[in-house]
Amino acid sequence: MNFNVKNIRKDFPILKKKINGKPLIYFDNAATSQTPKCVIDSISNYYNNYNSNIHRGVHSLSEEATEEYEGSREKIKQHFNAQFKEEIIFTSGTTHSINIVSNGFLNQLSNNDEIIVSGLEHHSNIVPWQMMAKKNNAKLKVIPIDDNGELKLDDFKRLISNKTKLVFVNHVSNTLGIINPIEEIITVAHEYGALVLIDGAQSAAHFKIDFQKLDVDFYTASAHKLCGPTGVGFLFGKKRLLEKIDPFMGGGEMISDVTFEETTYADLPHKFEAGTPNISGVIAFGVAIDYMNKIGFDNIQKYEDGLLNYANSKLKKIDGLKIYGDVKNKTSVISFNIEGIHPYDIGSILDKYGIAVRTGQHCTQPIMDHFKIPGTVRVSLSFINTFEEIDILFDAIIKAQSMLS
Amino acid sequence: MTIENLQQNLIQDFEFFEDWTQKYEYMIELSKGLDKMDQEMKSDKNIIKGCQSKVWLHADYSDGKIKFLADSEAIITRGIIAILLMVFNNKTPDEIINSDISFIEKIGLKEHLSPNRANGLYSMIKQIKFYAIAYSKN
Repeated sequence: MNFNVKNIRKDFPILKKKINGKPLIYFDNAATSQTPKCVIDSISNYYNNYNSNIHRGVHSLSEEATEEYEGSREKIKQHFNAQFKEEIIFTSGTTHSINIVSNGFLNQLSNNDEIIVSGLEHHSNIVPWQMMAKKNNAKLKVIPIDDNGELKLDDFKRLISNKTKLVFVNHVSNTLGIINPIEEIITVAHEYGALVLIDGAQSAAHFKIDFQKLDVDFYTASAHKLCGPTGVGFLFGKKRLLEKIDPFMGGGEMISDVTFEETTYADLPHKFEAGTPNISGVIAFGVAIDYMNKIGFDNIQKYEDGLLNYANSKLKKIDGLKIYGDVKNKTSVISFNIEGIHPYDIGSILDKYGIAVRTGQHCTQPIMDHFKIPGTVRVSLSFINTFEEIDILFDAIIKAQSMLS
Repeated sequence: MTIENLQQNLIQDFEFFEDWTQKYEYMIELSKGLDKMDQEMKSDKNIIKGCQSKVWLHADYSDGKIKFLADSEAIITRGIIAILLMVFNNKTPDEIINSDISFIEKIGLKEHLSPNRANGLYSMIKQIKFYAIAYSKN
């Protein structure tokens, strides 16, 4: 299939919007991707035609909703090549997914155990583990990053030992766009008997991921970064591991037997899906995965790499502009500052030109501390962006720079 | 001049600008004229942490009036601080308590005061009001 960005952009109603009188240029895809019409339509179709609760009705509507909901699980299982369908747990997003794992291991770790986090993590992959470690006294160790923002793998190999029980790393850094060497991290961790959780919030939208090939223990992603709706995501876990951990949320749907003395949990995946889930959101997530597969992840990756290279070489022409995490192995994100100018000021002026970027710490204060900066301007690209938009961004940055210097 | 009059003057000043660039250029000018805040005043006691930019606010109370000093890392934030201090500096606690800040909306800078911007300004205004309430009880 030929990749035609002009046609693809027609699928996204929001791209017709004007901001401050200028056509919207959306470079905040790493925070939330935009939503194609087929995904939006699937949500209204659910409410118009088969809105009902799943897994419990004997009536036709409920059966239809259950079928669509479970169909989404199957699509995600296939897309990420999980071994079993019940290894896919629907959640409210990556943060929820990580909290299921951190709470699940709360009682399985003790004083002498260690857990390792990477220095590139989003706060959502730091705070749940700190909360856990505070309760069970496990020791939290950090893989440091080098001057380019890459993880120091040699240090990781020194930190890991037989005491290490869990390692958690993001696949792609949300702030720098660096693709972490998770294959090697997983191999090393497994040699020591440690389990690995990969936060895939920033990777799943940009290239194809194969859970069985990676041999990853836990993997998480959010629908709203994959052309899907907000408030939905999933946790993948190997079946035998998910069976071993307890859920932290109790309620309906997740039980098989309830008396006032005791409750027996339902089988996977329902054990972790207490309460009525975001049914329309899960169904729309499946539609979003279908949509992206129709375009083709190989096409997406190739086009986005081209955009990134173009933006990278273009922005580097700007005097005093410094890119953080300027390494070879990265995807779709350029985080930068301009000498003597605060990122907030650049972001405020770009907004006036209709350009949406993210500024600040990007929920990664440790990375900002590492580089000793208050924040960065983050341009995060996706396959709906064009080369012309990068030219407009370039001109707007030059104008902002002259206003602010 | 009363807070109300100062606000009206600012609204009139901003009406002259034809587009946002002139407005921003004016704010950048104002930010350069903001009274310097000594480094030691930029202490943890005076900091207002925003995820986007930090703001420092210091207050002194004498002769029944509050004198504010404030600063930020970001120049546009400093410009808005300059505007806020033009209005609220050297006023009595009661004047500050009874004032409103809708003039910011009228001069078209509302977006910078949204808590979503997390630039510290929203909290700074709250802090200005808190100081006024605290000093009104003296």
